[in-house]
Amino acid sequence: MTSWMRSRNTARAVGVLTLVVVLAGIEALIRLGVINRFIVPLPTQIIASLPRIVAEENVVQRFWQTTQEVMWASLVIALIGISLGALLYRVRILRMACESWVGALAAAPIVLAYPLFLVLFGRSVTTIVAIGVIAGLAPVILKTLEGLTATRHVLLDVGRSFRLNPSQQFLKVLLPSALPSIFVGLRLGLIFSMINIVGVEFLINFGGLGQLINELAERYDLPGTYGAICFVILTSITFFVIAEHLEKWLAPAT
Amino acid sequence: MISGSPGASAPAGEAIAASRAAASRDALLDVRGIGKTFQTGEGSTTAVEAMSFTVSEGEFVSIIGPSGCGKSTVFNIIGGLVADYRGEVRVSGEKVSGTHPAIGMVFQEESTFPWRNVADNVAFPLEISGMSKTARLERAAHFVEMVGLRGFERHYPSQLSGGMRQRVALARTLASSPRLLLMDEPFAALDEQTRLLLGDKVLQIQQTLRQTTLLITHNLTEAVQLSDRVLVMTYRPGRLKRVVDIDLPHPRDSEVVSSDAFGHYVAQIWQDLREEASRGIRDDESRVLQAGRR
Repeated sequence: MTSWMRSRNTARAVGVLTLVVVLAGIEALIRLGVINRFIVPLPTQIIASLPRIVAEENVVQRFWQTTQEVMWASLVIALIGISLGALLYRVRILRMACESWVGALAAAPIVLAYPLFLVLFGRSVTTIVAIGVIAGLAPVILKTLEGLTATRHVLLDVGRSFRLNPSQQFLKVLLPSALPSIFVGLRLGLIFSMINIVGVEFLINFGGLGQLINELAERYDLPGTYGAICFVILTSITFFVIAEHLEKWLAPAT
Repeated sequence: MISGSPGASAPAGEAIAASRAAASRDALLDVRGIGKTFQTGEGSTTAVEAMSFTVSEGEFVSIIGPSGCGKSTVFNIIGGLVADYRGEVRVSGEKVSGTHPAIGMVFQEESTFPWRNVADNVAFPLEISGMSKTARLERAAHFVEMVGLRGFERHYPSQLSGGMRQRVALARTLASSPRLLLMDEPFAALDEQTRLLLGDKVLQIQQTLRQTTLLITHNLTEAVQLSDRVLVMTYRPGRLKRVVDIDLPHPRDSEVVSSDAFGHYVAQIWQDLREEASRGIRDDESRVLQAGRR
């Protein structure tokens, strides 16, 4: 076993151990009465609820629906976000005019505008995905812009010296150079998007894990509610692992 | 000119006239009266003025000058990276505007693509030309070997030393088969020992390929070690001050630096350069003082 693999396995073990210690700590605090068990259920109760909500609450299908929504939103975010970032990089006046507004968009509580989206798209998956897209767009645009701007001038000169046309210059030099920054934006976009997707599912009580959380919370099934939140975390982990592999494939040197 | 110094040396005017008459017919590179003025917030600065010279096929020419004399501007003008300059640049008689396929550039800054491994970096110009993957990797392997990096094909630039990365950049430029190799202080960031050894590698490649080369440098040792001719520039605005023919035996390597003749050439060029470098330092000091008063 190489030292790199040993460090990686150690890191994983430390991660799991930390989680176990934190959960054990919370369990102890609840049992000692420091945390009210009517607000936060025991972690052991949450774990015990998982098989029940899988069997009774159609979790797999809901998980798949939320995953699909996040996947579509991510694809649209990547497509529009990277294109808009590239456009702002190319058109200086547009960048000067819009960069602050895009930054402001990143901080805006988009989820609160859900009635507007309901009017536009109805109570549907389109509304959920649209809100997810708007919420996750800003970091991708900003990090794409940042990555393209940070491309070292000498690399552009190398491209010019080999007589690259503008599209080759973009695809062969600018984009690969900006890729690490773009992936940071995509991860942030994914977080923003997912929070909003689950939030809107919860608010409009339409499909997915957000709706399940809503239903379980209304039934005051706290272990089940937190169990459903665990599935949201699982969705997040799935997308992070996919993003990580995609980045390693596209930019193996980073 | 130092009395009794080896090789031919002449003031710029005479040397240019003589070399132009002899070399204009077979000159690969013909630089005619180039000049460039930059507009800054504090007015205009003429970086280069009325600079003319030729480089013949197979020749190794160095341009040396003090910091701030416009060497890199000359590099950028010849490489086609600067627009709106005075004069003209011709390659094999053809007037150059913009970058030219016959000119391959090696930059002073680290310029390998960090996301490509050594083989893919070197194969880059071949990929752009549309060569198939197998063919370009095969050809790239030839140049990787030429610069002494065989076995490092799958390594990424971040895994290499500065000298190795510059060799990758050199191999990448050579892979594009340029008729003129244009290098801007490619070893400036390296230590002296690595620089001497890389100089050997460059000489070896130049002799193998009969590669016409124009090197921009501020390093005296490097200029004399590598060149057939050294063009000495004045401090700003950069003009051609003197042309020194280096009559040292070929094939050459870094051992030449210990010869008497080498020392004479270095001393001769330094005499010209010292005056210009002093002007540069005085100019810098007065600019700092003026900025302080403001």
